[in-house]
Amino acid sequence: MADMRTPLSKVRGLGSTKSGTSHFWAVRVSSAALLPLSLFVIGLVVSLAGSSFVEVRATLGQPLVWVPLMLFILISLEHMRLGMQEVVADYIHNELLKVTLMMLNSFFVVLVGGICAFSLLKIAFGA
Amino acid sequence: MVELTLPKNSKIRTGKTWPKPEGATNLREYKIYRWSPDDGENPSIDTYFVDSDDCGPMVLDALLWIKNNIDPTLTLRRSCREGICGSCAMNIDGTNTLACTKGADDINGAVKIYPLPHMPVVKDLVPDLTVPYAQLTSIEPYLKTVSPEPAKEWLQSHEDRQKLDGLYECILCFCCQTSCPSYWWNGERYLGPAVLLQAYRWLIDSRDEATGERLDNLEDPFRLYRCHTIMNCAQTCPKGLNPAKAIAEIKKMMVERHV
Repeated sequence: MADMRTPLSKVRGLGSTKSGTSHFWAVRVSSAALLPLSLFVIGLVVSLAGSSFVEVRATLGQPLVWVPLMLFILISLEHMRLGMQEVVADYIHNELLKVTLMMLNSFFVVLVGGICAFSLLKIAFGA
Repeated sequence: MVELTLPKNSKIRTGKTWPKPEGATNLREYKIYRWSPDDGENPSIDTYFVDSDDCGPMVLDALLWIKNNIDPTLTLRRSCREGICGSCAMNIDGTNTLACTKGADDINGAVKIYPLPHMPVVKDLVPDLTVPYAQLTSIEPYLKTVSPEPAKEWLQSHEDRQKLDGLYECILCFCCQTSCPSYWWNGERYLGPAVLLQAYRWLIDSRDEATGERLDNLEDPFRLYRCHTIMNCAQTCPKGLNPAKAIAEIKKMMVERHV
């Protein structure tokens, strides 16, 4: 069947969502936050290299280490979710697959974040 | 999904090698994409030999020499032959550019010529640009005002006029548009570098009174935010413009009214 819609009708499509800037800005803000946090985490990992389990656990339990580490994990997961969402929007054009992957992307980030948060909380407050 | 291989009916065959012109001593080899909607065949690459002593210096000169002397069926668009109409945009030696301003001597070896990438082909080197034209229409590329029209002209300061430099020179050849991977993958929803450069040209025109509505129409994850500053657009522009910068300026305007 010939497509009789005009090119302009197709291009206008369902209209502008009037959104996307929040996403764009969130990626920039999280990048800025991750810059010092990443340097901190790299320094932490290097300084902990070769330490025993007990020492590492004691260090991670200190508030000045615990808080930036937790922030690093949560912000980088959100940054990753936003980035992966862009990749899916760029390359996946099957609507069902696209929606499924976007949901899995969110689920994955919440799952990993939940596990990390639980572990760090246990280190800080657990027995 | 992204298409990494050509569809079956677009796979390119080796085409015909046309005889070398008799008596010519300074030959240049051209490998040119051919496809006709009439014969049901797959596209092919034909090989031609151009007598450089009898032909002008630009790739367009050689294409017209082939059309006049070897194969009149070779199909291409051209008009001004001096880089201002944008008709002869095509992929030459791997880069989108204008055949009329690209010197054949700037290319090593055989000159390979294809139509603009990722567009439907009408015939040979002629792409179907219906979608980018409709996209251009959709951004309303003309002055929009509400104030009563002045008796003479809409005034603009010298400084405000200077903001249009680097934008008004765009000739809409769509070299940038068709060089952009984001446009290849999402060409029906992403407006693309050429159209967004035009959009910005009207966004920063001090005489225009529809800036907010224009931004409303562009603010969309697909229309604007598929640009990932890949920069192919700036790399390929035969007029030396920078569409990526124009798009970045639009994003800055978006953030400015959000934050």
